[in-house]
Amino acid sequence: MTVKQLSVFVENRAGRLSAVTRLLGDSGIDIRAVGIADTKDFGILRLIVNDPDKALAALRKAGCSVTCTNVLAICISDKPGGLAAAMETLYKDNISVEYMYSATISKEDGTAYLILRVDDNDSAARALTEGGFRVIPQQELAKL
Amino acid sequence: MSRFWNEKIECMSREEMKKLQDERLAAQVKHVFENVPYYRKLMEEKGLTPDDVRSTEDLHKLPFLTKADLRDAYPYGLLAKPLSDCVRIQSTSGTTGKRVVAFYTQNDIDIWEDCCARAIVAAGGTNEDVCQVCYGYGLFTGGPGLNGGSHKVGCLTLPMSSGNTERQIQFMRDLGSTILCCTPSYAAYIGETLHEMGYGPEDIKLKAGIFGAEPWTEEMRREIEKLLGIKAYDIYGLTEISGPGVSFECEEQTGMHINEDHFIAEIIDPDTGEVLPEGTKGELVFTSITKEAFPLLRYRTRDICVLSREKCSCGRTLVKMTKPMGRTDDMLIIKGVNVFPSQIESVLMKMSNATPNYQIVVDRTGNTDTFEIKVEISDDMFSDTIKSVTDLEKKISGDIHSILGIRAKILLVEPKSIPRSEGKAVRVIDNRKLV
Ligand SMILES: [Zn+2]
Repeated sequence: MTVKQLSVFVENRAGRLSAVTRLLGDSGIDIRAVGIADTKDFGILRLIVNDPDKALAALRKAGCSVTCTNVLAICISDKPGGLAAAMETLYKDNISVEYMYSATISKEDGTAYLILRVDDNDSAARALTEGGFRVIPQQELAKL
Repeated sequence: MSRFWNEKIECMSREEMKKLQDERLAAQVKHVFENVPYYRKLMEEKGLTPDDVRSTEDLHKLPFLTKADLRDAYPYGLLAKPLSDCVRIQSTSGTTGKRVVAFYTQNDIDIWEDCCARAIVAAGGTNEDVCQVCYGYGLFTGGPGLNGGSHKVGCLTLPMSSGNTERQIQFMRDLGSTILCCTPSYAAYIGETLHEMGYGPEDIKLKAGIFGAEPWTEEMRREIEKLLGIKAYDIYGLTEISGPGVSFECEEQTGMHINEDHFIAEIIDPDTGEVLPEGTKGELVFTSITKEAFPLLRYRTRDICVLSREKCSCGRTLVKMTKPMGRTDDMLIIKGVNVFPSQIESVLMKMSNATPNYQIVVDRTGNTDTFEIKVEISDDMFSDTIKSVTDLEKKISGDIHSILGIRAKILLVEPKSIPRSEGKAVRVIDNRKLV
């Protein structure tokens, strides 16, 4: 039920983010979600893409340092309290969220997609499914 | 067979050895003064004659020789015998500037090979052994030196030279080689190839290896020992002085015994030239006291190490030198502490499968040195969190502190972001020199 997230090490230098994203664009990769964690000297760019294997190969070929992590992508209602409901579900089951960031928001069906990095993917996926949330598999994410 | 090649010399008392060195030194200084105008001039500039050097206590009076002298005097300027008495030349690889050419009489060759024989016996070699020599043969001293030593011991000698690794392994298996002589990196490569070919230590008869001619670490020793199922012995030497066998390791593996009956070792302060007491880290200087054709007095090796006369469990009384910790050319003084890039490297090689590229940046703010190490990150060094990177920085910083006693700021950078010069990363940027 997980999706592959690519984490790219980027130095805090002008032009680095644009270079990495440009590289992905030129390789025909669609970015589905993006988050960044940074410090004074460096950042970790987290990416959810339509084709992680192809993106990984392109980034490595360009000399980037990249690691691969399995994370959860879920669908929540795009309305006040939507996110809170998902968090409460996880909290009840003692699952801690290390970080999260949002993916696309669909105006038509009023849903938002969220990327979650938790300490236990299996328990989190089970709790969220039982709580009525939809966990998005990799194949579906590629088509969004 | 004995555990020693020459027990009398190798286990000689300090007093006897000093007496032998005194006699040989005095005679050697006379020989050089009379036959090498280049060195005679250096002595005369200091107002010295052979009468001023009667024992090892007088050694410090003599002028140093450096690699630059060898270049200036190329090719015959330091030759002390007529060419008609010389039978061989060997030469250094000459990565920078002119090659160094060293000359040998037959007696010089015999002594050199004898020193290598001591190393082979110290590694457990006897005339029952099959000794596979995969150092390069030719101008390089590695192959000829160990080949000669192996003959003296009476081993069946396989003069393989380097390369063609599968053939090396085939000979090793077919002829039952028991001792391997080569560079440590080639030994590791042979070990890896052996395993790739589907064999292991149980498929070969090797018991010992004598490895030298390049820097290697204790971790690398253990790895080679595991790959080949052997005990790995270090050997040290330099063409200028004779070749491999200037010093060699015994089963204790805690440093190399110097063949003091032929080479007097000193440790000096590389900046002042002052002789340092035993146990102090400094530049290694050799005086050859038996060499006839190319006798160098007080030759500065540029290798940094420590000498020790602590009693060795093997029974040898020959002074021991540590593996060179670096080169004087590479040494940095940061916050008053001697720092060698090799020390940084030994920390970094534990952080990743492949030793990451790094750059030491030294600067000065006010009167304080700043010390920063940039390290190129690789995929196996971090995960998806900031903490994975900051933890790594802390680990490197802590390990550096425990080795050097000073703190460095660690900065992880993207792969290939450190500038390269001729394919190699530029290791040191010292901005203090510009001030
Ligand atoms: Zn010993």
